[in-house]
Amino acid sequence: MLSSDKRKELQKFALQIRIGAVEAFKARGFGHVGGSLSIADALAVLYGDIMKVDPANPKWEDRDKLVCSKGHAGPAIYAALALKGFFPYEDLKTLNQPGTRFPSHCDRNKTPGIDMTTGSLGQGTSQAVGLAMGDKIKGRKCRTFLIVGDGESNEGQVWEAAMFTAAKKVNNLVWLIDYNKKQLDGYTEDIMDMGDMRAKFEAFGFEALSIDGNDLEQLYDALTKEAGDKPIAVILNTVKGKGVQEVEDTVSNHSMTMTEEVYDRWLSELRAELEALG
Amino acid sequence: MKIVYNGENDGAFKDTLGATIAGLLEADKDVVYLDADLMSCIGTAKCVKSHPDRAINCGIAEANMAGIAAGLSAAGLKPIMHTFGPFASRRCYDQIFLSGGYAGNSVTVIGTDPGVCAAFNGGTHMPFEDMALYRAIPGAYVFDVTDTVVLEDILTQCKDIPGIKYIRVGRKSYKKMYEKGSTFTVGKGITVKEEGKDCAIIACGLMVAKAVEAAEILAKDGIRVTVIDMFTVKPLDEELVLKAASETGALVTAENHNKIGGLYSAVSELLAGKAPTPIEYVAIEDEFGEVGPQDYLEQRFDLTAEHIVRKVKAAIARKK
Ligand SMILES: Cc1ncc(C[n+]2csc(CCOP(=O)(O)OP(=O)(O)O)c2C)c(N)n1
Repeated sequence: MLSSDKRKELQKFALQIRIGAVEAFKARGFGHVGGSLSIADALAVLYGDIMKVDPANPKWEDRDKLVCSKGHAGPAIYAALALKGFFPYEDLKTLNQPGTRFPSHCDRNKTPGIDMTTGSLGQGTSQAVGLAMGDKIKGRKCRTFLIVGDGESNEGQVWEAAMFTAAKKVNNLVWLIDYNKKQLDGYTEDIMDMGDMRAKFEAFGFEALSIDGNDLEQLYDALTKEAGDKPIAVILNTVKGKGVQEVEDTVSNHSMTMTEEVYDRWLSELRAELEALG
Repeated sequence: MKIVYNGENDGAFKDTLGATIAGLLEADKDVVYLDADLMSCIGTAKCVKSHPDRAINCGIAEANMAGIAAGLSAAGLKPIMHTFGPFASRRCYDQIFLSGGYAGNSVTVIGTDPGVCAAFNGGTHMPFEDMALYRAIPGAYVFDVTDTVVLEDILTQCKDIPGIKYIRVGRKSYKKMYEKGSTFTVGKGITVKEEGKDCAIIACGLMVAKAVEAAEILAKDGIRVTVIDMFTVKPLDEELVLKAASETGALVTAENHNKIGGLYSAVSELLAGKAPTPIEYVAIEDEFGEVGPQDYLEQRFDLTAEHIVRKVKAAIARKK
């Protein structure tokens, strides 16, 4: 259970993550808006409460790790890391600029706090398995959190990694599936229907939960759950573009190019919400 | 064949891809078009409505798509598959190699956003090695497209050529090069500029227009070069390369690709065996890609007319 203070803190953090991501998009003029916004709440709970990390020592070996296999959601993670103090907030605005440390897709060699290089969909899953298993071999008491897209789950590699995670009991790895029901060309139901994701993960040998992935309370409960022998997979039922009404209402909201005016409108909405929280 | 280069931008490849694929589906009932969740990037989403049985979105599963394409070929159909270059090459290589090439199936593969054209998608999406991979498939064809006119004609030809065909092409535009409606011959390069015999620049794709620009700069210094468009990287136009080598005695290749395995390799392999000639290259220096605007990346990786100029001078200096 979240205390009401903690919940408010995380609500604010989630809004700040959205603001940070939108500021980065605004500086560049375009970006992967929908898939960044849909995971802002999960990131708020992870970086705001669950994960042990040290901004002063991003490579601290015993830290909890995050692998965002849908690497195009980088801007949301960069915002969370900036707010945690991994690097100056203003740096977010160098997204995709020449020589930047903040590319569209997550890059462990470039960005302090980014634990894995992703962008070729599917590949982050196996890398996360290796990372978590490596921590176990090294005797580290930490967890790895893996975020996978629903469109991304079309990739066979995702299911090879899932099979391995359960078969080899890699239970210090938590799978989070961002089931926002959309991919690049449209709705997953029309392109490659992923059906009952919870049943799929259960069949693969996971303890699978299905929650509202934009609900902080449900996220907190799922992410504080201790895994037994079976690794945990959390199906996050989310909305692509969550938190900015105009983006939620746009069917094709994967990669968006907007004018400064539009971004400013989104930002003032988000800032008003933040202010209302006190 | 009329060259209409005047430094202006051509239309967007994306529009030509959308129109040509739709046209092929309409004209030939054996054509099946497969994509991996990137239809909206090349304007082909409409094909799912017009030809629901033969325009198929396979989802984000490129290796599976390549295998399905091979199976469709075995069933007597003519599969054309598209995704971004790295996923059309690295991601499904073994499926293309074995289920496709080795098994004797025929697949046309379109890989978009070659090299620095991947720009804001960054290093994970920036194929500098796709031509190397496809060149290494026995009997495969590799085309690095110059403009929309080449694209339309070559893609149309590919559907009926047996074997594995790889077309690497941008989504945005390059410079206009050929008169609309021109036709091209597989295995035959095109001399797009014949100024003189000091050196020959053999270029492909994005770099052809830059080679022409370099030739214009060099002409001001009294250096007369010939520019060849080698859009057909495999099969290479060996006759044309050997002719250029013997006439000029100094060559420069230019490609939006790693120096390993692409056009420079193809030309060098030929020359080493048949006519050793001083040769310089403009290509990626065995590096990974990175994110940024395309014009920044062109500077960053030395894919510029100015760099071609430097290399031409270096090649000429090596002549005996
Ligand atoms: C292997 C691979 N194929 C294709 C792409 C291009 N691509 C980037 S994002 C995307 C859609 C992703 O959909 P999903 O995983 O559902 O992410 P979300 O909707 O949450 O943004 C595609 C096709 C890629 N990055 N990697």
